[in-house]
Amino acid sequence: MELYRSHVLVCGGTGCHSSGSADIIGRFNSEIKAHGIEKEVQVVQTGCFGLCEVGPIVIVYPEGAFYSRIKADDVPEIVSEHLVKGRVVKHLLYSHSIEEDESIKALDEVPFYQKQKRIALRNCGVIDPENIDEYIAFDGYKALGKVLTEMTPEEVIETIKVSGLRGRGGAGFPTGLKWEFTYKAKGDKKYVACNADEGDPGAFMDRSILEGDPHAVIEAMTIAGYTVGADQGYIYVRAEYPIAVKRLTIAIAQARQYGLLGKNILGTDFSFDLELRLGAGAFVCGEETALMASVEGGRGEPRPRPPFPAVKGLFGKPTLLNNVETYANIPQIILNGPEWLQSIGTEKSKGTKVFALGGKINNTGLVEVPMGTTLREIIYEVGGGIPGGKKFKAAQTGGPSGGCIPTEHLDTPIDYDSLTAIGSMMGSGGLVVMDEDNCMVDIARFFLEFTVEESCGKCPPCRIGTKRMLDLLNKIAEGKGEEGDIEKLEELGQGIKIASLCGLGQSAPNPVLSTIRYFRDEYEEHIRDKKCRAGVCQALLQYFILEDKCRSCGLCAKACPVNSISGERKQPYVINQETCIKCGACMERCPFDAIIKR
Amino acid sequence: MSEVTLENKEKFEELQKEIDQWKGKEGPLMPVLHKAQEIFGCLSLDVQKYISKELDIPVSDIYGVATFYSQFTLKPKGKYKIGVCMGTACYVKGSQAILNELAKELDMKVGDTTDDGLFTLEATRCLGACGLAPIIMINDDVYGRLKPEDIKEIVAKYKEG
Repeated sequence: MELYRSHVLVCGGTGCHSSGSADIIGRFNSEIKAHGIEKEVQVVQTGCFGLCEVGPIVIVYPEGAFYSRIKADDVPEIVSEHLVKGRVVKHLLYSHSIEEDESIKALDEVPFYQKQKRIALRNCGVIDPENIDEYIAFDGYKALGKVLTEMTPEEVIETIKVSGLRGRGGAGFPTGLKWEFTYKAKGDKKYVACNADEGDPGAFMDRSILEGDPHAVIEAMTIAGYTVGADQGYIYVRAEYPIAVKRLTIAIAQARQYGLLGKNILGTDFSFDLELRLGAGAFVCGEETALMASVEGGRGEPRPRPPFPAVKGLFGKPTLLNNVETYANIPQIILNGPEWLQSIGTEKSKGTKVFALGGKINNTGLVEVPMGTTLREIIYEVGGGIPGGKKFKAAQTGGPSGGCIPTEHLDTPIDYDSLTAIGSMMGSGGLVVMDEDNCMVDIARFFLEFTVEESCGKCPPCRIGTKRMLDLLNKIAEGKGEEGDIEKLEELGQGIKIASLCGLGQSAPNPVLSTIRYFRDEYEEHIRDKKCRAGVCQALLQYFILEDKCRSCGLCAKACPVNSISGERKQPYVINQETCIKCGACMERCPFDAIIKR
Repeated sequence: MSEVTLENKEKFEELQKEIDQWKGKEGPLMPVLHKAQEIFGCLSLDVQKYISKELDIPVSDIYGVATFYSQFTLKPKGKYKIGVCMGTACYVKGSQAILNELAKELDMKVGDTTDDGLFTLEATRCLGACGLAPIIMINDDVYGRLKPEDIKEIVAKYKEG
């Protein structure tokens, strides 16, 4: 292996890739060559660093210089100044990574990383995901070696059980138990499967793991295969994640080449192989029985459980199904021992959880924190608070299955059980922050629209019930709400939760029920006062011209597509509320900010 | 049944190659449909019938699968597929306004394809680039941190070809 004096790590996650990191890598390579230092400096494309907000990100080691929002045109300066002359280019550094005395902070001292503990993400942003040697250099496949040569399947199961690991995909079922059920199930053929159909809007943890550390998932699935007695595995991944698919494909091929997949792995008599299966844009396929129906080549419709997949799964055989993040924890637990995971987290939720921070928050990105960290710490310390000095209104966790958490619960330590207790759920880990400009009725409507579209249609409570709930929400948002509508929503919601066939329907009412629970006054305002305090529900808004600010220029009247604005010279203009279609064109056009909506 | 004609013979041969790879394996339908859509641009009834015969799966089942998943389409899409991300992070940062602006600029409804076959406009699921919210994708190009006023210029670029 070549030795380099400097390493340039460029983030190749979807976020940074979208904003041009491939060009940046190309430019680094050509500039480095032009300076003749290609034998001294290595450019590495890594997985996600997490701080997507300031991407594209470039980190140069050994200094640990954290360059943010880099453009390809910044590259020549970094190469000639930093890499050739050894002078860090200060004006391109991420501002929070510079100390007061202008020295560079270590990465784990930057506020965004300080409270994080990276287990599932430990290799993301550190290694080149397309190079198996780098994974191996970071203890990769060591856990597989240990399991195959030193441990019985029973010992592996015991280790996972003692560690307290719970499924990271949603419901939080104890992982060790799942492995044990599949191990004990009788069958001549068994399967191991990975749920990488991450469909929750605003959630991209699994994608980042697959893009940044695909071998961790492959290693864990192979360990699972050995443990439960399977020789074939499937990874069901969203077709919307092209980079993840590409890196997984490369990783599987490399693992086969190294004899870490295929026949007689590491010289033992254990054989195991993996295949990728692509989804085709159906959210319900994240539900385990629907996922298996899709792998089999059918419509992704769930079926009743029991029988559970551990007994009767893929192609009718016992199947172990875990999600990406759950698998990514396994090799570390094997290597560090179950007590190590036990020591992190809360009483009933062990280890860490990855969250995708999004919405109205300064540090949009991916964070991994110990279970039990409070929402306040995640939003204000790791996430850097709300931009524009706006007021926090709610945090949405668990996507379309979860709920909105208001200010009064900001200090709740986050784990599976505490989130369920306050009417939300862990879900896969999307965490979208909303401020005073977001209307909670509108947000509930947004999620219901999602579930109505994604309901597979098999069971009526979900198919018809969610549609009726959406009708009611539309009615309220359009200013036609009546007394009793909120109660109808609650009654319908409870019914759908009880009567639906699968997790999608059973959790679909959560966004509505939780917003009613914490923001009932907003619903009531929409219904009684026909008012939307956030100014989102168009039908409830009125545009006004402020008399003292209006300069009678007439631009608004010209911009109005329906001639609803009239006025004379030196007189403030007026909007005719009867004919106004609330398009907002006048407000955009006014040079004096004299038009407001309320 | 019109099936294989001279013009699309090569395409059907390519599809046949994919089908041959999957014969005898478990659960071949989804990967074959993905490939077929890649080759033909959509899953027409002829293509479905062909796959039905080759894989020995009833065409009604194939139709059921092809219409179940949002990524499969029975009609051809425009040259440029515009996807506006409607994931939560993009939505709370104003993706609805971006979608409205695109519909206005292209004078079309969401979900439709323009008469000249140039653009298809769709509201898509979360694309997972929440750090750049709100974003749109035009084929493989991503545009992030958008404001409605950016749309005109972006669309113009593709109109000119």
